[in-house]
Amino acid sequence: MKRQETEVKAVKFGDSHVTTKEFLAPGHNFCTGCGESLAIRMALKALGENVILANATGCAEVCTTPLPYTSWRIPWIHTLFENVGAVISGVEAGLKISVQKGRLEDRGIKCVAMGGDGATSDIGLQALSGAFERGHDFLYICLDNEAYMNTGIQRSSATPYGAATTTAPAGKLSIGQITRKKNMPAIAAAHDIPYVATASPSYRFDLMKKIRKGAEIKGPAYVHILVPCPTGWRHGGDVTIEIGQLAVQTGIFPLYEIEHGRYRLNADPPKRKPVREYLKLQGRYRHLTDENIETVQAMVDADYARLKEKVEAFPA
Amino acid sequence: MSRRVALEASHAVAEAARMADVDVISAYPITPQTHIPERLAEMVADGELNAAYVPVESEHSAMSACLGASAIGARTFTATAGPGLEYMHNVLYVASAMRFPVIMAVANRALSAPISIWGDHSDVMAVRDTGWIQVFCQNSQEAFDMTIWAFRVGEDRSVLFPVMVHLDGFTLSHVVEPMFLPGQADVDRFLPRFQYPYSLDPDRPMTHGALGPPDIYSEAKLAQEMALQESRSVILAAWDEFASIFGRNYRPVEEYRTEGAETLLLTMGSYTETAKIVIDERRDKGEAVGLISLRLWRPFPFEEFRQTVSGARLLIVFDRCISFGMGGPVFSEVRSALYDQDKRPKVVGFVGGLGGRDVPEKEFGYMIDRGREVAEKGSDRMIETVGIR
Amino acid sequence: MHVGSIITDAGNASFRKTGDWRTEKPVLDKEMCVRCALCWIDCPDAAIKPGDDGYYEADLYYCKGCGICAKICPVGAIVMEDEGEQ
Repeated sequence: MKRQETEVKAVKFGDSHVTTKEFLAPGHNFCTGCGESLAIRMALKALGENVILANATGCAEVCTTPLPYTSWRIPWIHTLFENVGAVISGVEAGLKISVQKGRLEDRGIKCVAMGGDGATSDIGLQALSGAFERGHDFLYICLDNEAYMNTGIQRSSATPYGAATTTAPAGKLSIGQITRKKNMPAIAAAHDIPYVATASPSYRFDLMKKIRKGAEIKGPAYVHILVPCPTGWRHGGDVTIEIGQLAVQTGIFPLYEIEHGRYRLNADPPKRKPVREYLKLQGRYRHLTDENIETVQAMVDADYARLKEKVEAFPA
Repeated sequence: MSRRVALEASHAVAEAARMADVDVISAYPITPQTHIPERLAEMVADGELNAAYVPVESEHSAMSACLGASAIGARTFTATAGPGLEYMHNVLYVASAMRFPVIMAVANRALSAPISIWGDHSDVMAVRDTGWIQVFCQNSQEAFDMTIWAFRVGEDRSVLFPVMVHLDGFTLSHVVEPMFLPGQADVDRFLPRFQYPYSLDPDRPMTHGALGPPDIYSEAKLAQEMALQESRSVILAAWDEFASIFGRNYRPVEEYRTEGAETLLLTMGSYTETAKIVIDERRDKGEAVGLISLRLWRPFPFEEFRQTVSGARLLIVFDRCISFGMGGPVFSEVRSALYDQDKRPKVVGFVGGLGGRDVPEKEFGYMIDRGREVAEKGSDRMIETVGIR
Repeated sequence: MHVGSIITDAGNASFRKTGDWRTEKPVLDKEMCVRCALCWIDCPDAAIKPGDDGYYEADLYYCKGCGICAKICPVGAIVMEDEGEQ
């Protein structure tokens, strides 16, 4: 029997009010404990209903729209895997000119595009780069679960060094991914767009604030969200939030913003947790030796130091 | 108030898009289509056309942006050629299946390799199955007329399909010809405003492009095919309406001197005009020859085509493309269309005019003569060609 | 079937009972609960809902039993219990 549900419009967290409206209807096919579905849920609350969302092929699209059902309570379009940057460019241009020609009234509808790490930094990078370069007014959200998860955990350019995937598996001759994670926020920033940020559903209010910020800014904005994937990263569905916290606390996935080329580090723990604490919780890193882990630690230390240098050189 | 002008076919297409008050143009340049987006960009820059010109970074993105624009209810136009058409191949299927009335002019160009910037129909034949309405033009007038007409048909509420307007690369796209430009009032009478019934709108949220599991995909595709077949009635009605407003008659299959013809030539595109000259010469000599030109390519005009050729003894098909491993594609389709007919001509096919190879009048004469020979005695050649060493 | 397979009934996925995926379900001890609402915001399925009494409880129609709520609760007011025989 269904509980008496509330008329409460928002839930208060300190000074923030988070709407109780659910723009992503439950009943979707995301895995149990999926970090991506949580990130989307939070992002939609920050965006509100006056949006149009274009989605690339991937976990989100497949899990939310099995014909004849849809979880989307906002206008939503999916076409292909590799072109969401171009599709949203067309929506945005079409909206702008329709308002300008008096065909539509100006309702300030925000254009938002969403894609996984594959759609963003691999197959869809060209289209996204074009959208950034042309300066369309849109927010791009990258849901990064660090592999092509929807098709069965194949490697992407966002897969970190040492992670096992099905197309870069750990084996007698292989450590898994031998390349370094592509720095997609840096690529976005290199287009001189007004706003770039990293976010995590483990830091809910920071995520929602950044989504809102990205949506309010005029011009292209890019928010890169690390979303733990129980199925692909091989951890329990219950530790999704914990793993996301460790990613930030180890410095593996620092939370920062780049506003008009100026850096702001949102959290700079005085003593970062050792990467081992993060890696050991995930089956995709199970094969790493102590020496491997030391290598990863050195890489993370160096990357973090490099980020700090940028923060010091170009402070917001 | 129509006036006589001389316009390059590419510019005629651009002018048609301008008179149709297109909202979004998203195009990537590729020879020999470039004059179309260039002219449109110029019009926008000078304020002659109020449209969003989106200079995308590839043809794949051009068509993708067109989908987005169409989904928001904007009148959408693009143009491409050859390898550009192929680069957007994946997206073409989606445009049709998702029922976005994008209008696209294609300056037909050869596909690589070897790389060729010159004209043939290999790009057209590669996209036969994509689900677009497709028509061919013979001259600047048709290039203009078909573009206007394409918006009318594609955007029709009972159609909602994208439309390709084919014009031969260089041999038509870059040719300046005399033509009649109608007045804006007449265009407005013929072409209503685009009202897309499934627009992306926060007030009425809809989901476009859902996942189609096996228990639903087949029905979706069948519905698409049925809708494309049913678009025939709007295609014909729109041509009738066009004739009544602009005075020019267009039909799915154009006939030239086919009365009592024993032998028929079949062409598509601008070579139709060259072939007509040869038909005249042969008729003057008393030969019972005629010409048919396929204007409507998709949905294939089965009824009109069968009816037009039923009285002939021989149909000679001129293909400007090789479908590798199969031969001339139009030749194959045409034979298939006639297979079940009680009364049908013999069909002989020729391949030529590839990669910009010129096909002068004498080659059409050759096709008629050699075609008769092959019909009578058969052929020991793997493929019949014209003008190929 | 709508033109272009467009779905016009927004959010109709809410008919789908994902609750039968579960092997464990969250049980709330209201005595311990401080109504911080972290479980509500952290549920990937929006299956935890605010009630009139100010507490946040799982809607078992949708709850997939991931256990995030139990893990994230700062006071241990949520325990995952075996679903038992269905």
